Amino acid sequence: MLKIDQATYDAIVAHAKRDHPDEACGIVAGPEGSDRPERFVEMVNAAGSPTFYEFDSTDLLHLYKEMDANDEEPVVIYHSHTATEAYPSRTDIGLAMEPNAHYVLVSTREHGNNPGPVEFRSYRIVDGDVTEEEVRVEPAEA
Amino acid sequence: MAIEVKIPTILRTYTDGEKVVTGSGQSLAGLIDDLETSHPGIKDRLVDADKGGDLRRFVNIYVNDEDVRFLGGLEASLTDGDQVVVLPAVAGGSLPV
Repeated sequence: MLKIDQATYDAIVAHAKRDHPDEACGIVAGPEGSDRPERFVEMVNAAGSPTFYEFDSTDLLHLYKEMDANDEEPVVIYHSHTATEAYPSRTDIGLAMEPNAHYVLVSTREHGNNPGPVEFRSYRIVDGDVTEEEVRVEPAEA
Repeated sequence: MAIEVKIPTILRTYTDGEKVVTGSGQSLAGLIDDLETSHPGIKDRLVDADKGGDLRRFVNIYVNDEDVRFLGGLEASLTDGDQVVVLPAVAGGSLPV
């Protein structure tokens, strides 16, 4: 199960809507081993494409060095699909290289850049096997 | 002296869980061959034998923070004390590549 706070959930959805019709991508880092997505990091889609995303290689190195220095890991890796359902594609599965991460897929096919609900789903992807998991959005702490 | 190589989570199965290993080589190709000797299987995850043994498209390797694609790829020259980082690309998308 993925537990994620409302503010982070909202930030992911807002990013996906803003970048529609291109795919949006990013991560939520958290303390190593904690499974708590705490630090939202929006990434640039270097592919700038409606059907593909890729972190820029320099940004990627910077991100991982930063996480290393903070004893963090990528707890959530998110991206959007803008014309298809929020389910990992063959490409997503083949390129999933973080066995400990929750892979979050958001689909903006319904409302695009406009307000309205999105599909927001989460998966584990390990060795080509996809397992969907429950997403529990927790209210922001007062 | 040796070359320090940071190993990403997904490849630590080849390094007994070690995050950092050391190797030697005068070029990236040489270093990868050396790593393969101590960590059998790792080479295939870095280079694509089906594509002439080139670096895999979705694996990034950095030497002293520079992407090796800008340093000559497998020909990139190395010297003792260099820091090498291996990071799988974070990529995907709705259509097949």
